[in-house]
Amino acid sequence: MSKDLVAEKSNLIKVLQTEQKKEGFISDAAIERIAGEFNLPVVEVEGVVSFYTQFKRVPPGKYQIMVCDGTACHIIGSTLILNWLTDELGIKDGETDEEGLFSLESVACLGCCSLAPVISINGKVYGKLDRKKLLKIVADFRKKEAAGS
Amino acid sequence: MIKRIKVGMASCGIAAGAGEVLELLQEMAGDNKVVEVGCIGHCYAEPLVEVETDSGDYIFEKVQPKEEDLQKIIDLDEFSRFQPHSPRVDKERQLITSLAGKIVPTSLEEYRANKGYEGLKKALEMEPDAIVDEVKTSKLRGRGGGGFPTGLKWSFLAAKDSEQKVLICNADEGDPGAFMDRTLMESLPHQVLEGMLIGAKATGARQLFIYCRAEYPLAVKNLNIAIEQIEKEGLNIIDGEPVKIMVKEGAGAFVCGEETALIHSLEGKRGTPRYRPPYPTDYGFHGYPSAINNVESFANIPLIVRDGGENFAATGTENSTGTKLFALAGDLEYSGLVEVPMGISIGEVVYDIGGAEPGSVKAVQIGGPSGGCIPAEHFDTPIDYDSLTSLGAIMGSGGLIVIGNNRCMVETARYFLEFTTRESCGKCTFCRIGTKRMLETLERITGGEGGPEDVELLADLGKKIIQGSLCGLGQTAPNPVLSTLKYFNNEYLAHVEEGHCAAMECKALVDVFIDRETCIECGQCIKNCPVDCISEDYVIDNEICTRCNSCIEVCPVDAIARVAKGGEVSVGN
Ligand SMILES: Cc1cc2nc3c(=O)[nH]c(=O)nc-3n(C[C@H](O)[C@H](O)[C@H](O)COP(=O)(O)O)c2cc1C
Ligand code: FES
Repeated sequence: MSKDLVAEKSNLIKVLQTEQKKEGFISDAAIERIAGEFNLPVVEVEGVVSFYTQFKRVPPGKYQIMVCDGTACHIIGSTLILNWLTDELGIKDGETDEEGLFSLESVACLGCCSLAPVISINGKVYGKLDRKKLLKIVADFRKKEAAGS
Repeated sequence: MIKRIKVGMASCGIAAGAGEVLELLQEMAGDNKVVEVGCIGHCYAEPLVEVETDSGDYIFEKVQPKEEDLQKIIDLDEFSRFQPHSPRVDKERQLITSLAGKIVPTSLEEYRANKGYEGLKKALEMEPDAIVDEVKTSKLRGRGGGGFPTGLKWSFLAAKDSEQKVLICNADEGDPGAFMDRTLMESLPHQVLEGMLIGAKATGARQLFIYCRAEYPLAVKNLNIAIEQIEKEGLNIIDGEPVKIMVKEGAGAFVCGEETALIHSLEGKRGTPRYRPPYPTDYGFHGYPSAINNVESFANIPLIVRDGGENFAATGTENSTGTKLFALAGDLEYSGLVEVPMGISIGEVVYDIGGAEPGSVKAVQIGGPSGGCIPAEHFDTPIDYDSLTSLGAIMGSGGLIVIGNNRCMVETARYFLEFTTRESCGKCTFCRIGTKRMLETLERITGGEGGPEDVELLADLGKKIIQGSLCGLGQTAPNPVLSTLKYFNNEYLAHVEEGHCAAMECKALVDVFIDRETCIECGQCIKNCPVDCISEDYVIDNEICTRCNSCIEVCPVDAIARVAKGGEVSVGN
């Protein structure tokens, strides 16, 4: 039998990913708990969390908007897209609005460069955007929200 | 008679709306079978639907989820037919992607029916050395950017005497404008796995990892399904022992694509690179000898073993054999994924395959944040490892972004530096602080505050960062700046000497201006301005204006434009 190489500590990132999937972010309490489970110093777990951009330390909005700033999207105008969203939502890159409805984040290539410029909201991609299309998408989400609550 | 209907459901297809098309087709197709396939590479024409019939296949492009349209497809009407443009058909050479988008990615049966796992079958009957020799004969060079000969790397691992050896597939694909590896994993997971299993036989590795970007959920899903299938069929049994294959998700760090950083990340640590030697083949995952290859490198292996290394080497050039996948995007007509023979010229890819208008393009960016910009004058250069390096770019992993005449090269360089500055792991001073200084300098230039000494500073810093960095990230980070300095020096000088950005991209160097002769005073711009800087008589206060372009976008008569800052404005031209 080959020796099992996947020692416990290798699973730290996996466990953090599972935590984030469940809670949407990694809280201080979660870091302490996970450090305990792995028998690691809290700072070491914190170091891993802060190293990887995937891990968020604040709760995200109900609708997570990712603005692609990959090369293709950047060249075709992702900076403007981000600005328009900031103006519309009143939040900057990396922030969540006060109602916890939208959060905004710029990310590297979403892999749909032929549709540049693109954004994704909760994983669904919207492409070939201009200002009008973009604002309509936001307005539709707001409408949906108003109707739902 | 319809045999079955295929919907392109790779990430690009889904983004274009293939999911809705699939759902509706499934409702409407009656007894006809509707299946999900991967990507055929023509992403610009998504969503794509292919109908297989007794008398040939019909492909439909830009399909909308509308009942009447889908009915036409089911009836095989003359409607929205997809025809790849002929220059692309002539120039493309699909060897490793020949099955992409044609078979159901997670069907072992279909892959096998198309010669899948024949390479592995052959390999299992060969001596490990003979496999390594075959790969050496093919002269395959690593597709992850470095271009190191794969056969040679494997011979290092094969020669190790160790209780455990590890083979790792690098699927971190960090270049922010590249998606070759994603497409391979989504569309042809079995082909990547076959390459890895052949590698296991050749090198004696019995633990295999695929380190995949977390942003690629569909790739992870398809790989895991495929792994389960081969384990069930016992295809992973090599010399009587089951080989373990595991997919590990990265967590969003570009530097983790570097092999030593990747290993640290696999071990659950921060993904910082370390000094080499020792190379991973001497000291890798948990200290065991490990070899790391790129996804595309592995995808080439089944063909090499099945059809022979010599046959493989017949495509391409003397020192760069085979084909290369490129993710084409930017200012061109047909963006998507292409597979071309090595040695094809840049111009053929940009103009013939990409359909860019000659004269409309000023450069291509090849190799992402580690690569460089090559100007249109050099588009007759053949795409091979050595020619690209001699121009100050690199083959890279395959991102190829076409940059139109109306873009600013200084801003493009700034963009890449911002990326590498953010992604530097901070270990080497030159990389951590040097890239930051370079970025600040570029920001001064695009911000209208740069001087000629800043341009010199960039060149000087660039050289020092290359020398003072431990890993490939720092060693290549200055490339986008150095190559634009070399080929587009005039643009840098226009910024610092005349305060002029010809592309009108650098905010600090432009004003926004309403041409009153064209203006119909509809009030849209005033209503949409987020900072209320447009007066009732339609004059923009450029001190307040943030150059957000909102007014330009909403103006129904195109009366508003960016103009050179402080320059003479000619009204009504
Ligand atoms: C900063 C940095 C990022 C890298 N990113 C990747 C990547 O995303 N994918 C990849 O295959 N190789 C990447 N590499 C290259 C790997 O270190 C390694 O050379 C490669 O995976 C070896 O596989 P190959 O020989 O098949 O090309 C990167 C290197 C550096 C320095
Ligand atoms: S650059 Fe935006 S999707 Fe690739």
